[in-house]
Amino acid sequence: METIIKILNNLKPGVDFTAEKDLVNRQILTSMEIMLLTGELNDAFDIEITLPYIIPENFSSAEAIYDMVQRIEEDE
Amino acid sequence: MKNVLEYMEAALSRNPEKILIADPDSSLTCKEFLHRSRQIGSFLCAELHAFRRPVAVYLDKTPACAAAMMGVVYSGCFYAVLDTAQPADRIRLIFDTLQPAAVLTDRAHQEKAEELGVPVLLLDDALQVSENEPELLRIRRSAIDTDILYVLYTSGSTGTPKGVVINHRAVITYISWVIETFHIDDTIIFGSQTPFYFSMSVTDLFGTLFTGARLQIIPRQYFSFPTMLIDYLNRYEINTIYWVPSALGIITTWDAFAWKLPLHLKKIMFAGEVMPVKYLNYWKKYFPDASFSNLFGPTETTDICTWYTVDRDFRDDESLPIGHSCNNCDSFIVTEDGREAKDGETGELYVRGSFLALGYYNNPEKTADAFVQNPLQSAFPETVYRTGDLVRRNERGEIIYIGRRDFQIKHMGYRIEPGEIETVCSSLKQVDSSVCIYDERTDRILIFYQGKGKPEEIARQLQEKLPPYMCPQKIEKVRQMPYNANGKTDRKYFLEQIRSQSNPAEKI
Repeated sequence: METIIKILNNLKPGVDFTAEKDLVNRQILTSMEIMLLTGELNDAFDIEITLPYIIPENFSSAEAIYDMVQRIEEDE
Repeated sequence: MKNVLEYMEAALSRNPEKILIADPDSSLTCKEFLHRSRQIGSFLCAELHAFRRPVAVYLDKTPACAAAMMGVVYSGCFYAVLDTAQPADRIRLIFDTLQPAAVLTDRAHQEKAEELGVPVLLLDDALQVSENEPELLRIRRSAIDTDILYVLYTSGSTGTPKGVVINHRAVITYISWVIETFHIDDTIIFGSQTPFYFSMSVTDLFGTLFTGARLQIIPRQYFSFPTMLIDYLNRYEINTIYWVPSALGIITTWDAFAWKLPLHLKKIMFAGEVMPVKYLNYWKKYFPDASFSNLFGPTETTDICTWYTVDRDFRDDESLPIGHSCNNCDSFIVTEDGREAKDGETGELYVRGSFLALGYYNNPEKTADAFVQNPLQSAFPETVYRTGDLVRRNERGEIIYIGRRDFQIKHMGYRIEPGEIETVCSSLKQVDSSVCIYDERTDRILIFYQGKGKPEEIARQLQEKLPPYMCPQKIEKVRQMPYNANGKTDRKYFLEQIRSQSNPAEKI
């Protein structure tokens, strides 16, 4: 979880990602940032996030992102 | 015909029950759209007693927002659509020059609108009134085609946004070209990507209003999730798109078409920034029979001044031409010593004709810099526009884009002056000086500053003062700002430093 918060802070400084629960609808993460974020997550966790995972539910909060990474790690 | 409303009324009366503009939550038929626009126009007449004055439209991109824009035109005023995501500070900067008669908004944005120091009018109230036909007719009779239609604000290098003034004639002439060139009619369903405060939206919005096509608004979030985006294109049978290359590139980067395909796409147009051929080739592979057009131009020529429809293959490392002048618009190349460039010679792109803006609203200095006497003739007064774009003609006679004469950048299709970001950053209490650099390889905006605060604090403050698309992706503190021999901030130093560093974003 810490890694994810760190990646998010790096990607978008100045947002409290531990508290923010609606990253998508409040348009805090842009399409470009979601793309960059996915690349960073792939590198950090040595996973491959494929297109079917790219849905709003998986990016709504740091927690949702964490859950997604866990699921991919289990599947792999 | 002299007024965009006349074109719109003629087109929309042909098929009154057809859906004209829609988003996932609402839709307006041709008849409803006309009725609402007239109601809003009648309401503004009664409330404002203003004529040929600006009215700010402060609404999200919805069918209702489009009706509000046309409502302002019915009232004999002109509109300026404001980005609702931008901070109040930037709107105040805009209002310094715009001085609107009122802000037209809805309940969701009322509170923020009321902080702006301008009378606030609510859309809900406008939709309670009935059409005041005699008054609307009286206003129409006094209209001429050089009356202002809208003012569109774009980034300004000194920190103050510039309001580009567009009249009815410019949009009428430009949209006539759009319709004849891309065969726009009532069978067209646009998948609309660009915001109404961005010049590209003039093409699909007025392309729709002038023909009775359909404008299907795609909410911004859909571009983050390609499968949702493709499902949306299919659900509404979208056959025509005019997007920024960054939006087309999202599909390419995810290899989204390997998972799912849009089923109805026939016309694909793009503008706003350089289109990487790599993206084009990916799209062409899946849509070999679709037409692909590269449109080019600034807000100051309504939207576009040259265009190129792809008629041959390009390698990924080649660049796409920006093509030829649009019909009834003359784009020409002038060398540094003020003569017309020969074939192959690099010069600045100038534009003349009816597509041209009248200048920048309440900004005579900036207007005089860019809207100048035609350098190729002095026999009579003829204002032309200097685009600031460096171009040349290739051996086929097509215009090729080379770069900018100044520091202006394109990020996600938005036109941004790094100077505006620097001015805002340097105005912060903790900052002594700053320099804004664009890293084109990773499409990121970076800011380096000398001063006291931590980068996170600076980031937070910038988010309060800049629209989201202008916020830097990286903020770095420097102990001492480097200066070049002329005593100016050494931008080159930063550029070289960025280039020599490996960047994690590159791995994607």
